[in-house]
Amino acid sequence: MGGGSRPMEQQSTRRLNREYLGRRYLSESEYHVSREAIRKFADAIGDDSPLHRDPSAARAQGLPDVVAPPTFLTVVDCHLDLGPLKDPEFVADPSTAVHGEQRYSHSRPVFAGDAITVVRVVEEISDVGRHEMLRLRDQYRDVENNVVATAYSTIIVRQAETA
Amino acid sequence: MSYTPVEQAVAGDRLPSQQFLINRVDLVRYAGASGDFTPIHWSEHAAISAGLPSVVAHGLLTMALACRVVTDWTDDPTSVVNYCVRFSAPLCVPVDKAASLSVEGLIESRIDADHARVRLTVRSEDTEVLTEATAIVRLTRPSWNVPTSLGELGACSNG
Repeated sequence: MGGGSRPMEQQSTRRLNREYLGRRYLSESEYHVSREAIRKFADAIGDDSPLHRDPSAARAQGLPDVVAPPTFLTVVDCHLDLGPLKDPEFVADPSTAVHGEQRYSHSRPVFAGDAITVVRVVEEISDVGRHEMLRLRDQYRDVENNVVATAYSTIIVRQAETA
Repeated sequence: MSYTPVEQAVAGDRLPSQQFLINRVDLVRYAGASGDFTPIHWSEHAAISAGLPSVVAHGLLTMALACRVVTDWTDDPTSVVNYCVRFSAPLCVPVDKAASLSVEGLIESRIDADHARVRLTVRSEDTEVLTEATAIVRLTRPSWNVPTSLGELGACSNG
């Protein structure tokens, strides 16, 4: 290290980059909701409803195809992988991020055959005691650009104990 | 105990409660189905390095399990129009036995003729894993504006 730098144990962990407030992220591709992805997710949460598996049972209930369970949109998030938590300019150590809260607000259910795009906005970055809080808003749209659902996530980014 | 039919639900009514057993293999299955391969959900080393006692369940998995109390009661996965939770404590899943998650639901209020607010209590042993877990349930089926392409061509199988 060059002269004049502080010893490592006195350096604080870099805070979240507040310039990211208001930043928007657009998904680069669509997520195509398949019957198999819905069935696999329903299996994983132990939901044996035929409405997640059998298109004719779904149509008998007036649905256009099999329907996804209410929290299925997390699958879209994992596959479209939007920022900013993987951006080193935003957060120094993403492993310090903990999911605080999650909300899903549906305009309509998600069906097999839907092609979903996402727009994410960094809505808030603020201090919570020694730690920081990040709130994201994700808007999910279908192929006709109608909003299917909106999700709000709160992530807590913890500061390590100082020496 | 007999439970009130959905359409007649009033504040104070209880939903049928459920207990879920979660093993390590369930976390693997959920990781595959969701695409969330965060190591604290499958690696003991990663979990302990992160300061956790053991491998923990995905928060979204516990959120989904708790919601099943609602969708099993309505028998309609389209009935949950709004759902929020706070992740209050991790759910540790030991290597050699199941973790247990107990979920109770209570009608907190009847919002209007078509909607009710359900409050969920979600515990593992004595610890509340989720707090402020609230679902807005639509008790009747509307018609939605869906793209005309749905249901006509058949879904692609990219799973």
